[in-house]
Amino acid sequence: MKRNLVLFGLFVGFLGVSWRVQFQPGMAIFHSFVSFSWSLIKVVPCAFIIIGLFDVWIKRETVEKHLGEGSKMLGYFWVFALAATTVGGLFVALPVAAALARKGARTGMLFTYLAAATITRVPMTIFEATFVGIKFTIIRFVVSLPLLILASEAMAKLFPHFQMQEKE
Amino acid sequence: MIVLYIVTGILLVVSWKANATKTRKALKIAWKRFARILPAFGLMVMAVAIVLPLIPPEFIARSLGMNNRWLGMTVGSLLGSISMMPGFIAYPLSGILLSQGVPYMVISAFTTTLMMVGVLSFPLEKQYLGTRPALLRNLMSLLIALLVAVITGFAFGEIAL
Repeated sequence: MKRNLVLFGLFVGFLGVSWRVQFQPGMAIFHSFVSFSWSLIKVVPCAFIIIGLFDVWIKRETVEKHLGEGSKMLGYFWVFALAATTVGGLFVALPVAAALARKGARTGMLFTYLAAATITRVPMTIFEATFVGIKFTIIRFVVSLPLLILASEAMAKLFPHFQMQEKE
Repeated sequence: MIVLYIVTGILLVVSWKANATKTRKALKIAWKRFARILPAFGLMVMAVAIVLPLIPPEFIARSLGMNNRWLGMTVGSLLGSISMMPGFIAYPLSGILLSQGVPYMVISAFTTTLMMVGVLSFPLEKQYLGTRPALLRNLMSLLIALLVAVITGFAFGEIAL
């Protein structure tokens, strides 16, 4: 924590000095820092508010029943539906997965959700199909979806005591 | 993006009308969780800020346009893994590259790793999943992406048995 603060202080200091003396590489870093921070600020607060609401309103039994140890094939449907509508990327999917874990979702489902959230997001898929072609998108889905479920279940087997780290 | 604000707003209003105390608690939880993960977010932002200027889109475009498709696929998967780019930039860029004759399998390796493998977001991922699961998730994702790329190559007749 303290080390991160020092690191961040050094980083901001470096950006400030770069700006002062018009050091080109430093200014390029400054620009990418601002634009990436901005893209996070646009999404992350909303994501955490929704996660907070999810925490207080959704019953543990509901998540456990659909995504927990006893969940059926339909669980995958829910996980993919949630993944497809997740905005942002891993930086939103990770806290969402942590929220699901707190409500009793099982490891395989968590990893399936994470992987699906990286590759099935709706706006992204529309861009892909438009600019690269629908055939390309279909191949990607058909090949990667079964593989990512397999890989996720393998993760659950490899880490039987897996727990998301974000604890109370 | 607008949809996200509308949905969040509606949920907040509905929740507030239903139970103000619970809603306050939800906001408190949201803030607590955010504050706890903020240092990891900070690390990720720094990593992205430093690395992205080193690999601008023009550089990626030049690197993917190599003659050898297997080499192109390998380079594509590496660049995709260490880069970070929103879909509305990555896919139009891919479209341009395709029109310049870059094979589909190279584009596939690049865009799929871009989405699935996150070297720059690793500090954040490690925080949530733990080091070993996070490493393994990325490794498996890289393998899946390469497999997708090879099969894409077959499907578009770019490689044959």
